[in-house]
Amino acid sequence: MKIVNLWAVGMALLPFAAQAQTEISWWHAMTGANSEVVDKIASDFNASQTEYVVKPVFKGTYPETLNAGIAAFRAGQAPDIIQVFDVGTGVMMGAQGAIKPVAEVLSDAGFTFDKSAYLPGIVGYYSSPEGEMLSFPYNSSSPILYYNKDIFEKAGLDVNAPPKTWAEVWAAARQIKSSGAATCGYTSTWLTWIHTENFAAWNNVSWASNENGLAGTPELAIDGPLFVKHFQELADLGKEGVFVYGGRTSEAKQNFTSGECGILTESSGGLGDIVKSGINYGIGQLPYDETAEGAPQNTTPGGASLWVMGGKSDEVYKGVGTFFNYLSQTPVQQFLHEQSGYLPVTTAAYEATKASGFYDTNPAREVPILQMSGKTPTENSKGVRAPNLPQLRDIQNEEYEKMLAGEQTAEQALKAAAERGNAAIKEASGG
Amino acid sequence: MRRTVFPHKVLPWLLLAPQLAITIIFFYWPAAQAFRQSVLREDPFGLSSTFVGLANFRKVLSDPSYLNSIKVTAVFSILVAFCALAVALFLAVQAEKIVRGKGFYRTLMIWPYAVAPAIAGMLWLFMFNPSFGTLAWPLRQMGIAWNPLLDSEQAMALVVAAATWKQISYNFLFFIAGLQAIPKSLLEAAAIDGASRGHAFRTIVFPLLAPTTFFLLVVNTVYALFDTFGIIHAVTSGGPGKATETLVYKVYNDGFVNLIMGDSAAQSVILMVIVITLTAFQFRFIERRVHYG
Repeated sequence: MKIVNLWAVGMALLPFAAQAQTEISWWHAMTGANSEVVDKIASDFNASQTEYVVKPVFKGTYPETLNAGIAAFRAGQAPDIIQVFDVGTGVMMGAQGAIKPVAEVLSDAGFTFDKSAYLPGIVGYYSSPEGEMLSFPYNSSSPILYYNKDIFEKAGLDVNAPPKTWAEVWAAARQIKSSGAATCGYTSTWLTWIHTENFAAWNNVSWASNENGLAGTPELAIDGPLFVKHFQELADLGKEGVFVYGGRTSEAKQNFTSGECGILTESSGGLGDIVKSGINYGIGQLPYDETAEGAPQNTTPGGASLWVMGGKSDEVYKGVGTFFNYLSQTPVQQFLHEQSGYLPVTTAAYEATKASGFYDTNPAREVPILQMSGKTPTENSKGVRAPNLPQLRDIQNEEYEKMLAGEQTAEQALKAAAERGNAAIKEASGG
Repeated sequence: MRRTVFPHKVLPWLLLAPQLAITIIFFYWPAAQAFRQSVLREDPFGLSSTFVGLANFRKVLSDPSYLNSIKVTAVFSILVAFCALAVALFLAVQAEKIVRGKGFYRTLMIWPYAVAPAIAGMLWLFMFNPSFGTLAWPLRQMGIAWNPLLDSEQAMALVVAAATWKQISYNFLFFIAGLQAIPKSLLEAAAIDGASRGHAFRTIVFPLLAPTTFFLLVVNTVYALFDTFGIIHAVTSGGPGKATETLVYKVYNDGFVNLIMGDSAAQSVILMVIVITLTAFQFRFIERRVHYG
């Protein structure tokens, strides 16, 4: 009888117990090892306190997650937190009524939000033109150079000196091909992100007007002389068979991990797959153009950030604020950085990782951080923003492919990409 | 002719209700939504929307990349429908000639139909991807500069091959059934009259297969137009350039990648009109010439 009573009381209390905890949904696009990091962070946070429960939900690729979020918002079922990739930043910023700035969420939840604690290169990219941090930088990456040490040795190149400039890359790639060390000298993922957006920042040339769109509606400047020179060199190498095109996103990584190509430029976030492939690789900084003044400047962040959706209860926002505060703590950031290969968000976490000696055994992990925060960003290197960046990249990819197929010169390709892109920007910004 | 009249008024509706509900929820409602969005200009989140009348349609129809995509779709559909029908008919005729192990061959032929379009696309991609494709290497050894990532024509050939391969089984099945329905006596009579095999095929088999062929032509055209999204998405994503961007792929790309809802909806409405016209045309004009046995 007593047992039954206790059970009844327990059952009656259960709903209250469940209500006391506020649930926070987190939609993300992380797969493999990175999704395990998400689950670990969420469960550690849930265990660290009793008021809130963060529930991570995998929603597919980056574009799929963004689309799911948009569809859910339109149906009035938006998640509390959504992970949006760098390219979708402009889309989210345009949706004033749909989101709540992260800086506001944090300070409303009673946390002192100190912007200077975060790495400036990253936080600048996710801030409004007025300087308010809009989203929480969860996973940031930067393009770097990978090279195959075995192929370098066979080609008679110095295995401890990766090429620093594009001219050196072209020369090394030609030597790899002509010596027969490999059938392909050089390949690259993301021609848009690496050879256009980061190329501009790293060489301190303008990608578009209005501080690359950060200060207003951009007008593309990607048909400038340095871009034309660079892409013509790339097209010529393609014709010689020294450069091999892999695809629009990260497909070219396979050309490198299979041992077909000797040199690769790819996101620092791609390190995991390259380690897994077991090839004898080395890492260098993203190459720059030695004729550009002030190069190398700094690279811009890729990856994704966490956005807080609008129209939620104060209780939920308080929970989100608590979670973000937890996320920015040094041990959590250090764990995220060391496990996933993404960059730490706070200066303290970077210093702590450095002090722990992690970079002595993994020097490659520091390269993207040094690249991104080595110099104070100029108006050309804070990042790029447009209301329709996915579309602009699409247009660029189409023109680059036509150029690499020999249907047009680099000058024609870049001119067409800029013109079509500018027309699309005008359309998207309601012109 | 007498009509059977059921005394119940409610029961027939009740029995129809599930099907009607499905049709309304999954066909009419989205179609109505497409119409609504096609006359609006909206931001992705639907926070602001303005009525723009037919401006989206004007914009789409004057867009050179849309005209290009019409051309791509026409080439792609004609190639897929023709190849899938021709190869399937050839295989069906050959399979009919086999005396022993007919069932075995037929089962093998029908298998690919069970493969989902996206998977079929991946299979072909794995075989023909220029960097890791198992068949790309021998192609290059034979001196063919195989690179569908940059060569538009090779990319088109690849998606046509994948889409055709996937549809052959279906056509094969119907052609086999059609061939079996042809009375043996006709063929025997022709043989007695001294007709060659080819002659008998041209004058007896092919005309008698016409209803099947017509049906398959409609089905294959609709398949090539609408069901090949998965294959194109997996193999080329519309590239290189816009060389394999069909109308359906463009709807997806503009709506779900570029987030231009109005344009995408206008394109859907245009597609709807194309399908209705095409089907009406096929049934009205081509069907008349078909001899139903």
